[in-house]
Amino acid sequence: MRTVNAFVGQPIERLEDFRFVRGRGQYVDDLARNDMLHAAILRSAVAHGRIRTIDVSRAKKVPGVHAVITAADLGDPIPLVPMRLQPMPEFEAFGQPVMARDKVRYVGEALAMVLADSAGVAEDALSAIEVDIEPLPAVANWQSAAKNETLLFENKDSNVTMKFRAVLGDAAAAFKDAPYTRRESFSTQRHTALPMEPRGLLAEWDAASGRLTLSGAAKVLFANRRILAKQLGLAVDAIDMVEYDVGGSFGARGEFYPEDFLIPFAARHVGRPVKWTEDRREHLMTMNHAREAACDVEIACARDGTILGLRGHAFVDMGAYMRTNGAVGARNIAQFMSGAYRVPNIDLDVSLLLTNKTPVGTYRGPGRFETDFFRERLLDMAARDLGIDQIEFRRRNLVREADMPYKVATIAPFEHKDELDSGDYQVTLNRCLGEFGWAEKEKLKGKLIDGRYHGLAVCCFIEGGAAGPKESARLVLETNGTLTVYMGSSGVGQGLETAFAQIAADAMDMPMDRINQVFHGSTTYVSDGYGSYHSRSIVMGGSAVLDAATKLRAAMSAEAARRLNCGAAEVVLADGRATAPDGKSVSWAELAPEPLSVEGAFSNHKHTWAYGAHAAHVAVDPKTGAVALIDYVAVENCGRMINPLTLKGQLVGAVVQGLGGAFMEHLAYDENGQLLTGSLADYLIPTASDFPKIRGFVMESHPSPINPLGAKGAGEGGIISVGGVIANAVADALRSLGVEPRDLPLSPSRVWQLVQDAK
Amino acid sequence: MPVKFEVNGKPVEVEVEPRLTLADCLRHHLRLTGTHVGCEHGVCGSCTVLVDGAAVRSCLLLAVQAEGAKVVTVEGLSLEEGLTLLQASFRKHHALQCGFCTPGMITTAHALLSEEPDCDADRVREVLSGNLCRCTGYISIVEAVLDARSAYKRDGKGA
Amino acid sequence: MKLPPFEYACPTTLSDAVALLASHDGEAKPLAGGQSLVPMLAFRVASPSLLVDLRKLAELRQIKIADDGVTLGAMVRWRDILDDARLRKAHPLLVAAVEHVAHYQIRNRGTVGGSIAHADPAAEMPGIVVTCEAKIAVVGKSGARVIDAANFFQGPLMTALKPDEIITEIRLPAWPAKRRFGFQEFARRRGDFALAAAMLFYDEEGGKAGNAHVGAIGVADRPLRLPAVEQVLNGNKIDEVTLANAEAAASASVDPHDDIHAGGAYRKALIGVMVERALKSAAA
Repeated sequence: MRTVNAFVGQPIERLEDFRFVRGRGQYVDDLARNDMLHAAILRSAVAHGRIRTIDVSRAKKVPGVHAVITAADLGDPIPLVPMRLQPMPEFEAFGQPVMARDKVRYVGEALAMVLADSAGVAEDALSAIEVDIEPLPAVANWQSAAKNETLLFENKDSNVTMKFRAVLGDAAAAFKDAPYTRRESFSTQRHTALPMEPRGLLAEWDAASGRLTLSGAAKVLFANRRILAKQLGLAVDAIDMVEYDVGGSFGARGEFYPEDFLIPFAARHVGRPVKWTEDRREHLMTMNHAREAACDVEIACARDGTILGLRGHAFVDMGAYMRTNGAVGARNIAQFMSGAYRVPNIDLDVSLLLTNKTPVGTYRGPGRFETDFFRERLLDMAARDLGIDQIEFRRRNLVREADMPYKVATIAPFEHKDELDSGDYQVTLNRCLGEFGWAEKEKLKGKLIDGRYHGLAVCCFIEGGAAGPKESARLVLETNGTLTVYMGSSGVGQGLETAFAQIAADAMDMPMDRINQVFHGSTTYVSDGYGSYHSRSIVMGGSAVLDAATKLRAAMSAEAARRLNCGAAEVVLADGRATAPDGKSVSWAELAPEPLSVEGAFSNHKHTWAYGAHAAHVAVDPKTGAVALIDYVAVENCGRMINPLTLKGQLVGAVVQGLGGAFMEHLAYDENGQLLTGSLADYLIPTASDFPKIRGFVMESHPSPINPLGAKGAGEGGIISVGGVIANAVADALRSLGVEPRDLPLSPSRVWQLVQDAK
Repeated sequence: MPVKFEVNGKPVEVEVEPRLTLADCLRHHLRLTGTHVGCEHGVCGSCTVLVDGAAVRSCLLLAVQAEGAKVVTVEGLSLEEGLTLLQASFRKHHALQCGFCTPGMITTAHALLSEEPDCDADRVREVLSGNLCRCTGYISIVEAVLDARSAYKRDGKGA
Repeated sequence: MKLPPFEYACPTTLSDAVALLASHDGEAKPLAGGQSLVPMLAFRVASPSLLVDLRKLAELRQIKIADDGVTLGAMVRWRDILDDARLRKAHPLLVAAVEHVAHYQIRNRGTVGGSIAHADPAAEMPGIVVTCEAKIAVVGKSGARVIDAANFFQGPLMTALKPDEIITEIRLPAWPAKRRFGFQEFARRRGDFALAAAMLFYDEEGGKAGNAHVGAIGVADRPLRLPAVEQVLNGNKIDEVTLANAEAAASASVDPHDDIHAGGAYRKALIGVMVERALKSAAA
């Protein structure tokens, strides 16, 4: 292994770009098979109701239609989408049937599936299906869910599926004697990850061998294979999951959705390949939603601004079912409301409430975007009440280098313990303020210039990463002396091929151009894999590459020692040759008359904690409510950088996603549970002209002590602070009017209304 | 019904239903899958191709409407080996992550730079505001397009 | 979101186009640029039995500039308007409005006739024709007729067009060289439909405004003229008082609904701000 890295830490241009910029990427909808049928799915137009009949007889007669499948064809019981993370028995009753049979619980729930010669014909046939649903009152928001007047699951006595509680120290005692307290309510709106590539699947069933191949898998292939095998009654190794190029995930794509059962089932049912490509309208009503949360929280401080405690209640709108990772956001809201700050006494609970809306799952920075908005707003309010500068207030309360590892609140009922691993949070705050030019801009705070009020804010964040338990990598020394890398990690567009090639090249002490390819995202490549989520791929997969490289080099040294008649420890592996102390050498190619394959792994049950700060400068037009983003700086320290170019890409891209959440993105429903944002003309994400000045800075220091790379997961830090820093900057701009934003998004209409209400 | 047009310099003849969009015709009938379909309602810009030199959304054009037209896709703006300057600039500036919007960005940027090689950052942002990207935050895309202007000033082809 | 099945025809003469439209019992639709119609097909909110493509009707693609005004063929694309340098003098308000229409690729395809026939209440071109008192020439099986823009729009996506009628021309009255004008639009993102937009012009007589025409989009079920604002302007200097009065009159003239992008009260206030800012830029 190199003592000085040649590639790790360098801004290497990406290998995968060669195919993408030429239109040679291969995404699942690009695939075609002879004899392939196209699936289209009928979605419930009713938010809550009892299914009386679904008559598919007319649809079956549409020319070009081969089959129409309803829940009646799926057997009994209908398979449920299981919980992948936090698989607690309490959640089991709230799982989503892969197709509705008795009840529908949200607009978009699958009712029937048509298989036809073309996607157009399949859609034509959907309109020939006659559905009779007896409508029930819709539970359209968490507040009405909490009343339990209408139950989504009549066999349960409540719409609350779970209550998590985060506890540290003794909050009751801290609040009893606190010289300063403030209690506030905040909320964040329902929005979604919206990857640019819609979901898609191509299932192929080989009846002769009893094998299924599912293309279009993403994110967590091995976990999804286990789920699917169980549901289809197949052995796990009778299924191959294959990932192609993936047009973004951001947490949402690649979870096990109802279609992940329905499409393979359909292929087996008709004995032909079946392809399904989600359309954008379906996407908006079926892919995991996220972020709809509210809280009623209270902070206690000493007069000098030292935070004494946080307590209160949070409420998360889960939609109609508990899906695979739906509980993560809620858990994070409670456990990480303290964020990067020393909060010795915490008592926060969070209720998970069912509503007649699309189920939720993780979206980049799950729970963290929400809870950071809540907390950072509260911190600015407290600082102002106490007459302490907002930066000084944060400095006094940031977790200190000497406090590491720093224990955060435990969360019941898992009793999950977590601790911050390493870092100096003051340094990233200082860097952020310096790059931003805070000292020069400070004079603009609250100023009215040419009809716009200017405001500034800065927030600090931590980002959890590197979820365990394990990741696998396989390195193959090919017969020509080149290296091929196989990963258990999944590519979702973040540039894993380049990063893993950098790590492997350094670990093997070889040039990057001697690495043939990095393969990832298939259950056929490694024995086990855990995929890409929780900013884990670099830390977990990269560390597995190091392990595999150590093993491969040992195998190569042993083989060289045999041929060169020396001790294995004496062999030097460099420059494509294995050299003995006496100067005799063999090429790497000669060491591999057959490909030499070695699998490595990395196991870990701790988390990494990247950290940093964001600063924003806004100008608010009080007459239109328009908020112009004048400048934005985000700084993130990830312990050790693998590729600063792609790391910065993650940071800046995540900031702009967050700005979408702060200003525009909103999945709006009416009181009947109808989704009102059914197109990309209604669901607004940032475009190239909205936020022209975003500056990202990536840093490394304080390597993580929990993995051999020293790296920390860093795909989400760019989004975590955005809601909080934007809302605080708007509050700062409008402080002469007394405006305090408490809810997102800060649409022009809402900002204007806040100004009116303050008048 | 039959439709004849030219794709990337080659004449093609396809038998299509009138309802088939040009995007689906290119992708599924002609197997030119570099053109991506992200929304099918004319908002995301992933399906942008050049029709008689103008950047258009191929999901909003019927294949039968392309009769007699010269269509250029991202494949037609690519070299057999290596990258064009525009493509190399996207790579250099890390102007793509998942790559799904990238063909639409390349075709749109090519059309813009072919007509306006002196465009400024505001104009680039305005033109690209019809192409959604969820990964990059656009900063690097705008930089890549600005950096590629020199290629179009020299020979007008971006090669 | 695949389009529903339909037949397709691409006639080479206007009379053939009209005959085709008339032959399908009101189930045929003309296809101009397709930038509004095709999304409606994709969402299956429209399912015509026949699309009559107008692209081969060259006579619908002309821009004529004469002493009596500007005539736009129905198939003139946004791009054609922005590329025609003559129009910056011949009708600068039209050009200012078209700069706000959608995005680059849409502007390469979308047509003025298509926009007017589609009649989105927040679209720029319907606002321009109403504000400028344009005449809309149409032809159908019972012959040609001219519809005043004021009578053309009848509600959201509803017009005075009969199913067999095709818009042929939009005739904008002459634009005096010294006319003052302003266009102000507020949308959530560049290229989105307006939350509210104001477009206006007036002719100055002795330092005072006369012949004021003020239009608004995005604040009602169709594009509006705002006569109360015109009254405020006519005969007055455009000073702080007039600006404030115009803003108030504009807000008082409308009663917009709430929708997912903005509340009605907000839009009501916003149209006042847009009128005030358009006036300021006109007077500058």
